[in-house]
Amino acid sequence: MRPDPTFYASPKLAMEAQPENYAYTLLLSPDFSKPDALAVIDVKRASRSFGQIVHTVTMPNKGDEFHHFGWNACSSALSPLTGHAFVERRYLIIPGLRSSRIYVVDTKPDPTQAKIHKIIEPEEVFRKTGYSRPHTIHCGPEGIYVSALGGGGRDGADGPPGIFIMDCETFEVLGRWEIDRGPQTRHYDFWWNLPRDYMVTSEWALPPQFENGIVPEDLLSNRYGHSLHFWDLRARRNVQTIDLGANHQMPLEVRPAHDPVREYGFVGVVVDTTNLEASIWTWWREGGKFHAEKTATVSPELAPKDKLPPLLQGFGAVPPLISDIDLSMDDRFLYVSCWGTGEMRQYDVTDPRKPKLAGSVHVGGIARRTPHPNGTPYAGGPQMVEISREGKRVYWTNSLYSTWDDQFYPDGIPGVEVMANAGANGGLELASDYCVSFPDGYRAHQIRLEGGDCSTDSFCYPSV
Amino acid sequence: MFDGFILLSVGLILTAPETTSAWLWLAVVVSGFYHGVNPGMGWPLAVAAGLMDKSPRALLAALWPLSIGHLTAMLVMLSPFAMLLALAQWRYQVQAGASILVIAFGAVRLLHPRHPRLLATIRPTQLALWSFVVALAHGAALMLVPVYLGLCQASGSDQLREPAAMLGNANLGMAAMVSLAHSIAMISAGGCAAWLVYRYLGLRFVSQSWFNLDRVWAGSLVLVGAIGLAGWH
Repeated sequence: MRPDPTFYASPKLAMEAQPENYAYTLLLSPDFSKPDALAVIDVKRASRSFGQIVHTVTMPNKGDEFHHFGWNACSSALSPLTGHAFVERRYLIIPGLRSSRIYVVDTKPDPTQAKIHKIIEPEEVFRKTGYSRPHTIHCGPEGIYVSALGGGGRDGADGPPGIFIMDCETFEVLGRWEIDRGPQTRHYDFWWNLPRDYMVTSEWALPPQFENGIVPEDLLSNRYGHSLHFWDLRARRNVQTIDLGANHQMPLEVRPAHDPVREYGFVGVVVDTTNLEASIWTWWREGGKFHAEKTATVSPELAPKDKLPPLLQGFGAVPPLISDIDLSMDDRFLYVSCWGTGEMRQYDVTDPRKPKLAGSVHVGGIARRTPHPNGTPYAGGPQMVEISREGKRVYWTNSLYSTWDDQFYPDGIPGVEVMANAGANGGLELASDYCVSFPDGYRAHQIRLEGGDCSTDSFCYPSV
Repeated sequence: MFDGFILLSVGLILTAPETTSAWLWLAVVVSGFYHGVNPGMGWPLAVAAGLMDKSPRALLAALWPLSIGHLTAMLVMLSPFAMLLALAQWRYQVQAGASILVIAFGAVRLLHPRHPRLLATIRPTQLALWSFVVALAHGAALMLVPVYLGLCQASGSDQLREPAAMLGNANLGMAAMVSLAHSIAMISAGGCAAWLVYRYLGLRFVSQSWFNLDRVWAGSLVLVGAIGLAGWH
């Protein structure tokens, strides 16, 4: 009768809601020998199964390569423009990045009974959109928006990739989103400011540049993505492209401020090919135009050759490789995963153009290999990060992408999910009692929290 | 929901010989109040406008385009019937046609409830257009047609004794008055709801006050149409 109680009108109301009970985590079989899976982890502090997998949904196919996923509906359903707030946050939309197959998993009546509701075969995606390699999922005004990293053709390089729309109730693939893409030819992440009516998209690379591993020659000749695109959301038109400079390779996750009054956001750049630095950029809208500037950098760390994989031995250093960023619901803290050096950074971004380092935790890393505080070895580095709605708990996993994992961490990356407690005024500390390991042969990727999280929900009303 | 009941009672009154236009006017105004307090008709947009600009003035400013859009939708819906009524010898066909239209619209909404996507494609700055489209899409304007025809009948402006041109003018005037009265009631109620939420109740109220009345609404459209069909004599 009433809207889903997990739809919140403003970021502030989302923060005041009940804490999450479950964390959904995607598992992938990096050698494609087993079917990928969705793990449901109990995160209720008082529960006897706290920090344990309480349910697993195993897919019927192999070789999907799970990466990112999202909900069919979220707080954006309370948009006053939709005029109809009656959808449910119920289905997880899980794309196979390698197979282009999309699974719809029903999480009702209870997360521990989650099951497959529908499977959309790759041919339907190809036929209806001309895109391939579906990736980021956002729930928005016209339904479910899916970014695709590949265009048409067998290798996904025939024509530009982009975004397509799915119905949020029937899960029918409806077609391409873009009407005028301007100079956009690559894709990765996207997000928006709904009342201000714009979208921001980023660029990773075309499939031949990532599916079989990173192509060092392409990277060193700056042939990966290095631009941000700004779009008129309702007109579906690219209105401005900002080139961050060819040396700023791979701007990935786009995190706009949650409060729609704030017309700024952040994007992480994986590597600067001139000095191996990783960087945080702040973008904002002012005077009807978008702007972007580099506002924080993370330096590479020197390391002896014997601690480096062959790919990095020539450099004698570990690049920080900012692979994911996430912004707390109050827009105050930006969490930055440095997957190469094995560090999770917490920046105070109260002044968005002057991020201040407020906290840091070391775990894993190519050369450092810092173990978890409870003694468990941690391979890989901090990667996909998710923040609880009220900002007290920060969860992350350790795998980046099957073939890239093998290049940077040749010894393998057994899947691990950890959690850190964040101080009210900054500071970050790993919880020694939360270190989830996964079945043998599985790596872990993105995390989604029951009832919404900081990289899912978008809002149409400001926090007051 | 009470909208349906009001219109139901209106229908019963229509069938009674002592039909009075006062009851019909009451229906016009009360349905305006109902549309106004329904979050689906736009008051949360006014709240959002006020909060985004941190100004009660922005809230009030947003009420204008919302009411203009609603008013225009009413006029667009009622005017063709006003002109058709001028063809006095066909008034039964017009009345029957209107009733069947309302029933059909309600039935379609009852049988194919869909999460609307069309509305989401309208820009957040185009409030008047949004309000116009939502009033048409939900059948809010359509629901008033039987009431309007009842008022025309009650006032005798559809009778044969007048020349057709004068009849047309009288009916158009009635359409304008019905639209205006309904829209004023609508924006008064919506404005009050927006102001209360903005000033006192807080944003939590947006989701708490939003009830899914899709089926009730579709049902009341069918009911109003059926009464219109049965009630004419």
